[in-house]
Amino acid sequence: MLIKKAADIRESEVTPKELFLRRREFIAAAGVTAAAVATNGFGVLSDEGDVAAQNPNAQKFSDLKKSEFSTDEKLNSYKDVTTYNNFYEFGLDKGDPAQYAKALRPRPWSVVVEGQCGKPGTYNIEDIMKWAPIEERIYRMRCVEAWSMVIPWNGYPMSAFLKRFEPTSKAKFVEFKTLVDQKQMPGQTEPALQWPYTEGLRMDEAMHPLTLVGLGLYGEVMPNQNGAPIRLVVPWKYGFKGIKSIVRVRFVENEPLNTWKQQQSSEYGFYANVNPQVDHPRWSQGSERRLGEFFRRKTLMFNGYADQVQSLYAGMDLRKNY
Amino acid sequence: MTATQWRRRVFKPAVWIACLAPLAYLIYSLYLDLGVNPIETVTNFTGITTLRLIMITLAITPLRWLTGINQLVNYRRLIGLFAFFYGSLHFITYVVTTFIVDGQFDTKGLWADLATRPYITAGFTAFVLMIPLVITSTAGWIRRLGGKRWNLLHRLIYITAMAAVLHYYWKVSVKLPPVNPRNYAILVAALLGFRLWRHFAKRRASEV
Repeated sequence: MLIKKAADIRESEVTPKELFLRRREFIAAAGVTAAAVATNGFGVLSDEGDVAAQNPNAQKFSDLKKSEFSTDEKLNSYKDVTTYNNFYEFGLDKGDPAQYAKALRPRPWSVVVEGQCGKPGTYNIEDIMKWAPIEERIYRMRCVEAWSMVIPWNGYPMSAFLKRFEPTSKAKFVEFKTLVDQKQMPGQTEPALQWPYTEGLRMDEAMHPLTLVGLGLYGEVMPNQNGAPIRLVVPWKYGFKGIKSIVRVRFVENEPLNTWKQQQSSEYGFYANVNPQVDHPRWSQGSERRLGEFFRRKTLMFNGYADQVQSLYAGMDLRKNY
Repeated sequence: MTATQWRRRVFKPAVWIACLAPLAYLIYSLYLDLGVNPIETVTNFTGITTLRLIMITLAITPLRWLTGINQLVNYRRLIGLFAFFYGSLHFITYVVTTFIVDGQFDTKGLWADLATRPYITAGFTAFVLMIPLVITSTAGWIRRLGGKRWNLLHRLIYITAMAAVLHYYWKVSVKLPPVNPRNYAILVAALLGFRLWRHFAKRRASEV
């Protein structure tokens, strides 16, 4: 029996898709444009900062509250943020989520809350969106794969969300789970990861003022490929901690087993704090490529949020608790 | 046209065009759409092209044996040199875009990467072993070394091929099943295994 499995680096990744789709045009134009290509080919590798048009059909937020936590660094474009995603529920290529996430239906949507709390239940997304004023938070996002972006998120503090459910003293951790539905998330037909995607935070991390309930970006409700309608944003941790399309929140006593730790615990841990001193076994975490830049920049401790969060980890061995 | 004219006017230019096509393809695709991470595109594309050209150079000798078309060997050097060319682009892209950090060249980081990360070590080994082959690829060097020694030296390409596949395998493995690298591994095993089989078959024939 032939068991087909997905490759990590697919042919589509090494053969740029745009070109593949236009291959006939390419063959026809190849001779004519050879000269133009020779002069333009390398020029276009330079920084290109255009902010592509947003989704005109998306619901927009009004009166976004500015935040003192926002960085003033140059934003990555809407196109960068919405077409280069790791969201394996829609496929393994960075471009897959933008292409396949149309199948996701973010309305109606509800979140089940359970575990060690006073108000478990099922909560509607429309209500959840009204629980606190929506803010704009411009955060750095550092992927464990050593690239980064600057993203204008919209949402409100996770603490305002979690306090609603009145967690008890036994709630030491909070666990989140993503939707499982092969019809809406075609990537789940393959066992790339163990579904549902699961993430967790220690309660003090979850309640930290930087931790955000992500409900949108660039002033519009969350695009599907970025984790509609509700996701986690933790700017001092690697991007995989930011679980997307959340359907379940559970308050628990013990540390939850998050998906990537379950997948490969020697490479991915529970904490996943951005830390230039602790390398990934296969690559250095000391530097990163900010998308849009040609050269790398140094990675900052806790992704530059050390002043705000390092006290959370006082006395902890961050080499062991990676 | 004579055989020589065919070779000079048709086949050689055709091989040149075929070998330059991936580069044109890459440049044109970036020209159409740079994408969000063009450096990743360039790195992956030049890497896979290098591997493919190494496979083609390795396939030439078995193809000669199978088809009896000895003229195929006339194009092996050119394809091998192009493999090195794409390998150089791959290596330079990696070094320049990884180790120039905040405007400074991170020599320590480069050495650490080469020495401690198996997939980098394997890739670098594959690349470095191609250098003596490039240098001694001329007719003058074949004469100077003598055919026998030259052939022995150029068996380094076997190690390059194995190291290149390992490099690819280790780069993508661990998190997911590495189907593509595995296919290349099978291909290398077949291409080298064929030589081994023929070597022993010939020896047995001469003993009889």
